[in-house]
Amino acid sequence: MAAERYAYLRPGVIDLLKQGTLFAGERRTTRFSFADALLELGGSRSDVVVLNADVSKGMGTYTFAERYPERAFNLGIAEQNMIAAAAGMAQSGLLPFVATYAVFATLRGLDMIRNSVCYTRTNVKFGCGHAGITSAEDGATHQGQEDLSIMRAMPNMVVIAPADDVSTKKAVRAVAAHLGPAYLSLTKEPLPLLYDDTFPFAIGAAVTVRAGVDATIVANRDMVAQALLAAEAADREGLDVRVIDCHTVKPLDEEAILRAAKETGAIVTAEDNVLAGGLGSAVAELLIERGPVPMRRIGVPDTFCESGPYLDLLERYGLSAGHILRAVRTVVALKSR
Amino acid sequence: METSERTLRLKSVSYREAILRIISQAGAGHTGGDLSAIDILNVLYNRILNVSPQTASDPDRDRFVQSKGHCVEALYAVLADRGFFPSAELDTVCRYGSRLIGHPTRAVPGIEHNTGALGHGLAVAVGMALAGRLDGRSYRVFTLLGDGELDEGSNWEASMAAAHYGLDNLIVIVDRNGLQITGPTEQVNALEPLADKFRSFGYALRQVDGHDIPALVEALASAPFERGKPSLLLAHTVKGKGISFAENQAGWHHRVPSAAELERAWAELAAQRAALEGS
Ligand SMILES: [Mg+2]
Repeated sequence: MAAERYAYLRPGVIDLLKQGTLFAGERRTTRFSFADALLELGGSRSDVVVLNADVSKGMGTYTFAERYPERAFNLGIAEQNMIAAAAGMAQSGLLPFVATYAVFATLRGLDMIRNSVCYTRTNVKFGCGHAGITSAEDGATHQGQEDLSIMRAMPNMVVIAPADDVSTKKAVRAVAAHLGPAYLSLTKEPLPLLYDDTFPFAIGAAVTVRAGVDATIVANRDMVAQALLAAEAADREGLDVRVIDCHTVKPLDEEAILRAAKETGAIVTAEDNVLAGGLGSAVAELLIERGPVPMRRIGVPDTFCESGPYLDLLERYGLSAGHILRAVRTVVALKSR
Repeated sequence: METSERTLRLKSVSYREAILRIISQAGAGHTGGDLSAIDILNVLYNRILNVSPQTASDPDRDRFVQSKGHCVEALYAVLADRGFFPSAELDTVCRYGSRLIGHPTRAVPGIEHNTGALGHGLAVAVGMALAGRLDGRSYRVFTLLGDGELDEGSNWEASMAAAHYGLDNLIVIVDRNGLQITGPTEQVNALEPLADKFRSFGYALRQVDGHDIPALVEALASAPFERGKPSLLLAHTVKGKGISFAENQAGWHHRVPSAAELERAWAELAAQRAALEGS
């Protein structure tokens, strides 16, 4: 019954969802998907340059450096200079992609992002790995659990948190074609290969990947996988739950979310990001003004997280499919009051 | 005195008058730093930079990034004189609706980059210089830094990169007026031995009196100072230069002249003009 509810999923993914073994299937970290896409983009566009702060191994962009050494710049462990230099390169007509980890770009480099990139509106793209708590074993210094909140507060910035390999590669092509600053929030943990090539990626266009009428889970990045697992679990309880991959946090696809609120009457947001200011905040801000429905937000609580295996951390900090399922039950119950 | 030198020195007097007019009508501005930087800007825009309103988007134009963005009044005065926008617009600086806001923005013709947060310009210039080299273009990138802003670590990150990549198409000018907003640089966060620091970071360095017009022309025209190295011109200046009561006073960093002070300033500048015209 549920199979035809899904869209754009690769063959076999639905079976894995039904078995609850999604993470046992094929996976790839989206930072390497980003690096793959840059390698391809570098072949078709000679203006593409890639900058990193001595993390080309961690980000996978060493592949670009090997093929296009004159267009790859390792600026050392110096994020402020890297980001402002990228702005200067963009001012000179190049298309710079800045690759580092989310914590280092969005925190150490934030003044440069704000003023030399967003305020000056330079055409700089960011691909930042280790976002959320996907840098699980590394501990809090490397867990970029607030990048979506910080980047969302930057005027002129497009903020995208893709859920898998295919959508990440499409996002790279989309931001390359977009004129202006853009930020891609990428993972350390390998994510399940969810989508086939028909996945329709456009900046600001959320994608319904599972149809449903009883409630909607709005998720992004690594939490789309958890949302799909939660929806499948809800299905066993007789709840028919819609799942939206809201990869673009800004600009938010308001129309898709308002429609989901209206058609399903209840919303759960799911993000691997602090609850303050991320996807859940964006959705709540929209709904409270233009169509309030029962809502719950799943996200990283107001704390720094421990080290541990990724899936254990999701459980520990309330982000797993089981936690999402409980939130779905709650909003559905509130709906009928 | 040679005609060309007299012409430039007269321009500096006019620019100083324009700066004071802008600041007094706006009721805000950075008098001291504007006056220490103005002779450098004068020489850059009238003798060194390959830029003009007609070639403002020419990919081969020289680039100038004023990192000490707070001294925007000096930049506006020079850009207006060079025809990037009408001089009458100088009366609108900081007014609601004016594009001439209190720090440089790209919305103003002739300005390459939004600055004002300190410690950006040198790193941005490094990026422009790297891009120029990659694209095989012969333009040079100039950036003007305050000495106070050298406290920002990003300048030293950018200096390391400039030397690492051997960017001899990059010319960094430091307005070494010895003061920052709350007092002397050596009391706030000592910079000396500054020339040694820059040399050890890999620059080819020259020092100049930042108000000696012929010396500035000679030094800047000679860049790069050494093939394969970024150039650094350490320009020794006087904060508030040209207005006797503002000179070397940290308090004039951000001060707006009173009506009486303005009268004195006009008289001093008029005397400077008369002396030049009679020379
Ligand atoms: Mg100073």
